Amino acid sequence: MDLEYGPEYQDFTKELQSFCKKYKELSFTDGSNNPLGSSGGSGGPKMSRSEWQKILIENGYFARSVPKEYGGYGGEADILKSRIIAAEFSKSSTPGAMGGQGIDMLVPTLLEMGTEEQKQAYIKPTLHGEMIWCQGYSEPNAGSDLASLQTKGELVGDEWVINGQKIWTSTAQYSQMCFCLVRTEPDAPKHAGISYLLIPMDTPGIEIRPLVDMTLKAGFNEVFFTDVKIPATNIVGKRGEGWAVANATLGHERGSLAPPDATMNRVNMLMRLMKEETLDGKPLIEHPIYRDRLMQIQGKVLAQQSHALRLLSAKLNPGADVKIGKMIQKLTGTELRHELEGLAIDVMGEIGTLYEDSPHLKNDGTWQFIYMYFLGLIIGGGTSQIQKNIIAERGLGMPKEPKVEGA
Amino acid sequence: MYFGLSEEQSFFQDNVKKYLEEHATIDNIKHITSGDEKNLSAEIHQGLLNLGINGLLIPEEFGGLGLDLLFAAVVSEALGSGVGPTPFIAPYVMAPTAIKHAGSKSQQENYLSKIAANEYRFGVGFSEFIGKRNDAGITFSDNALNGRAMFVLDANDATHLLLADEKGQIFIVDAKSTNIEIVKLTTVDKTRQYSEVICENLEAELLENSLDSENPINQAIDAGRIMLAADSLGASQIMIDKAVDYAKERKQFGRAIGSFQAVKHMCAEMAADLEPCFALVWHAAHCHDHSPAEARLMACHAKAHVSEMSKGIAKKATEVHGGMGFTDLLGLHYWFKRIGLNRQILGSPELVREEAYKTQV
Repeated sequence: MDLEYGPEYQDFTKELQSFCKKYKELSFTDGSNNPLGSSGGSGGPKMSRSEWQKILIENGYFARSVPKEYGGYGGEADILKSRIIAAEFSKSSTPGAMGGQGIDMLVPTLLEMGTEEQKQAYIKPTLHGEMIWCQGYSEPNAGSDLASLQTKGELVGDEWVINGQKIWTSTAQYSQMCFCLVRTEPDAPKHAGISYLLIPMDTPGIEIRPLVDMTLKAGFNEVFFTDVKIPATNIVGKRGEGWAVANATLGHERGSLAPPDATMNRVNMLMRLMKEETLDGKPLIEHPIYRDRLMQIQGKVLAQQSHALRLLSAKLNPGADVKIGKMIQKLTGTELRHELEGLAIDVMGEIGTLYEDSPHLKNDGTWQFIYMYFLGLIIGGGTSQIQKNIIAERGLGMPKEPKVEGA
Repeated sequence: MYFGLSEEQSFFQDNVKKYLEEHATIDNIKHITSGDEKNLSAEIHQGLLNLGINGLLIPEEFGGLGLDLLFAAVVSEALGSGVGPTPFIAPYVMAPTAIKHAGSKSQQENYLSKIAANEYRFGVGFSEFIGKRNDAGITFSDNALNGRAMFVLDANDATHLLLADEKGQIFIVDAKSTNIEIVKLTTVDKTRQYSEVICENLEAELLENSLDSENPINQAIDAGRIMLAADSLGASQIMIDKAVDYAKERKQFGRAIGSFQAVKHMCAEMAADLEPCFALVWHAAHCHDHSPAEARLMACHAKAHVSEMSKGIAKKATEVHGGMGFTDLLGLHYWFKRIGLNRQILGSPELVREEAYKTQV
């Protein structure tokens, strides 16, 4: 056990701290209308989000291991530096890089499986925040059983002609592009009949309808495709290989939904709230029932933080057996965050039900919003029940459910 | 940066596990717990002494191995896996830790070297400092102890005991004195010993640095709690392994019961609950030696959190076995009961979480 990072990393941390000090009050000239970036401060230097993204890349604080020719920093991948960057940005509340499915999922997919032309065309503008992507995977009849998707792609001449419907498509209304799973080989077995296509969202025949969720925000959309024509070359991997291409990045999404450090920040925020808010004249934290519930959750989050260190170490020191350890992250991370946000509502009681712009709202209503939002994350990206199947079948080697004929 | 066990730690743990697999078989555990084979337990204890478990935490200058608490934690985990029917936490972890922190130089030299040489074996009774039940409690005056200590760990074959008063001052007493009465308590867990100790004008030696200081006893309690968490960790992992194996074998309705989601989800939940506990226990043990600022908080949370997770696992793993899980035939209940005791000893989860909170104000 050695939890020190070494002198090289201490220097890196210092350099990063002075960078964060310079930019933490940064404010964006393109306002808060970008759903993929943090909101920024009020004073400090002014710039657009794309300019900020470029500064981060130049310094190696973002897209660190993406080659220079594709718009990245071109450095060695360094897991510890990535962790230090995330920690220092979070500690100093410096606005981070833009995220989203293009950066988190498409870029790694293209780096691994894209053609040279695709890498040249898409990676740089995506990293710079100039090209936003949405993910066209789920359909009304293909949720947990994603591979049964039916949106059809037919090669006519040198064009794909796409017809069908996608659902749960976050950020479709802001996106220039969509990476999409489409059934192109109707006669092949279900997993072998899918291709991974790149669809410009301004192509005629695409209709986007916002889907309002329980938070009353339109976080998702339905996307309808009617005779949408795109070039035949807009495919990643070969025809019928789309399932494998998509799976290369799904694991990535699952792991990053609920990082324990972020959950611990919320635990600390809740503890502060419980010292300020009173019930019968006594701070909430002095009521033993609520205090014990907070401590129970703190213990769970500490366990997840320690676990994250173990997984980090396994990345640095290959050979450690953390197969099940990785599989449990999505399930345990999202469930715990939901539980924590729910505790905050419970300790506030009636005040915990206030929402939107109500008088007496605490912490901008984030507890109530995130409580509901995380129920969405528990369901999305593979429900908790699907995660348990994965843990049991792939992790513990338990037998699969017998297949129903024709499914 | 490396978060995990060293090769030496894994190797030592494997040796303890192997030894217990061979010698503490379910049949032997049944004999020991039914009281018809008194020598078996002593033989197993001797076998573990031969591996060196008594000297792990004792500094090299006193004849020990001078290892970190993490080393002891991996041994404790192995003892939980094998329901090791042998003293460990009191004589070889809590006593050395208490004497290291509370003893004067000469007390350290005298007692630690004798633990390392296996001349002295200590039982530990600190329960009343953590939470005094009913009329229990020890008082110290005129160099003598009076009163009662409950749930003293490993007192039966001990040569000496460590007892504490309500201020957390620690005393060494002779377990063979005529002014002491040691009453065996029968708990559900018959793989380890718990006693009531009654003192009447019992001559006692104060560990000097515990005079008006709670730090030494807290160090020993932290270490003990981390050991109990590690023991439950090992016991829980075995219960999961057994449940998963059983669910793959046992057939009903023409298929392995493990193919039913009702069953496999219970197994997945157990795995998801336990997996982060490994990291928490290792981390807590590491902080105990290397990160004093977080040490108490981590020890409290390790004890409380692992107790909670293990309780659920003990129940679910038994349920996965159906009726067989409830029988004495499989012996699954030895792990169930071990987890049950680990939960209550040295502070039940609610008490320990309250201490966790107090370290933060």
